[in-house]
Amino acid sequence: MFSLEGITNTVHEWLNNHFSPTLALLTEFVLVGVAAIALFALLGLGLVWMERKVAAVMQIRLGPNRVGPKGIFQTTADTLKLIMKEGLTPDGADKFLFNLAPYIVMIVAMLILAPIAFAKNFQIWDINIGVLYLSAVSSLSVIGVLMAGWASNNKYSLLGAMRSGAQIVSYELSAGLSVISIVVMTGSLSINDIILSQQNGWWIFKGHIPAFISFVIFIIAVTAETNRAPFDLAEAESELTAGFHTEYSGMKFALFFLAEYINIFIVCAIGATLFFGGWMPLHIGHWEGFNHVMDYIPSSIWFFGKTIGLIFLIMWFRWTFPRLRIDQLLNLEWKYLLPISMFNLILMTIVAIMGWHF
Amino acid sequence: MNASVIIFYIIAAFILGAGILAVTTRKIFRSAIWLLFSLIGIASLYFWMQVEFVAAVQIVVYVGGIVVLIIFSIFLTQKSGDEMPKPLKNRSIFSALAVLFGFAFTFNLIKQYGFKQIESTPFEVKVSDIGNQMLSTTEHGFVLPFEVVSILLLAAMIGCIVIAMKVKHNEQ
Repeated sequence: MFSLEGITNTVHEWLNNHFSPTLALLTEFVLVGVAAIALFALLGLGLVWMERKVAAVMQIRLGPNRVGPKGIFQTTADTLKLIMKEGLTPDGADKFLFNLAPYIVMIVAMLILAPIAFAKNFQIWDINIGVLYLSAVSSLSVIGVLMAGWASNNKYSLLGAMRSGAQIVSYELSAGLSVISIVVMTGSLSINDIILSQQNGWWIFKGHIPAFISFVIFIIAVTAETNRAPFDLAEAESELTAGFHTEYSGMKFALFFLAEYINIFIVCAIGATLFFGGWMPLHIGHWEGFNHVMDYIPSSIWFFGKTIGLIFLIMWFRWTFPRLRIDQLLNLEWKYLLPISMFNLILMTIVAIMGWHF
Repeated sequence: MNASVIIFYIIAAFILGAGILAVTTRKIFRSAIWLLFSLIGIASLYFWMQVEFVAAVQIVVYVGGIVVLIIFSIFLTQKSGDEMPKPLKNRSIFSALAVLFGFAFTFNLIKQYGFKQIESTPFEVKVSDIGNQMLSTTEHGFVLPFEVVSILLLAAMIGCIVIAMKVKHNEQ
């Protein structure tokens, strides 16, 4: 049966048989880095194409359909165009920070990837505080946005960066609280433990209504955190041209664009891990036969299937809801989502203590 | 000199370099960014020591919280893009003296302590242990400081709300 675990084990054994342990370890580092960059490139190409196709379906049109079958190479052509373009740096900009900002955003996206389990026993770093690590590192991504907005020396950029900062800092709270409510159920911060605890059913089914409420809050909060419509005030084109990346062009713009899609993938992967069991197949209680059938589908397919399903949900939001105003956005978080998620956390704790979940 | 020691020196050089740049640059926003890098360096030092919980808290509190707050306040002040004037000669001499004195004092203390190499297994702290210790009422529990800090934070939060609150004036 196909499994990513098998591939990594084969590579590990081969390297250790042919080279010294230190050299093998270093080679593995390089391989992991190359694999992560390749995944980023593939995700960028794939998700942008998917977004354009989803948008087209929602608006009853065809979308990209000229380059390759169903327009699948459209994004590759776009990327080639962006590479050819000149990367301008404005005269009045703080040149060092202006050029550094896109890389900061990308590096943060890459760091968040480390504890995510892509398949059974296929994880870059099984850190024992996985969930805390995720929320800590993802709070860094706001720095890149603020840096870009300030260094551009442009009013639109600065306003966009301020809005984005306020938005990310406030929505982090609800996202964090809904993540904590799953941690309360599991009793562990490690991603691996959280997945294994869903062996007899995913948390969204096992946790009754509180788990469902925290899932809804999580999806709203991460949509806001990744600056996606209906919360894309940081780059609202009707108000701020393009927000914090107004002055960026060529590959530097492409890095911001890529980071947006990578971040969507990452938050959806976290959501799939916490609420839908990550790579864990659909298991129902003690139905042995049913569970065995489900185990035949490789774990990587389960993980990517769930993640892409959630990504579709977030894209669906973008083409369905109108954009909020900045005061509505902050009201939604501080007056509705935060009290609800705090109350929900208490409810979840009661459920966990009384053992009312399955 | 093994790989671990080399990594330690790289991290230490990064922290010190970013710290020096943070105090010598004359653009205030850049200085905040260098401070940020210095704090990230300290977090990576914690990761190197395998105390992941402290490292994550360092990132959440200092990098994600305090530095973002500093950057916001820089945004809201005027002329944040201009270069600051050069510090006066007298002042820089005295600050250099203060730094030297502080360094000598700390160096002396550390040297007197004389670190001994302890042959023990690396300890692993579970997050649940930290939680239990924090709320335990036994001899080495931390429930009293925990509650005191909670009250302090609550007071600070209420203070913020009072400052930010709009008082409706009756015009009539």
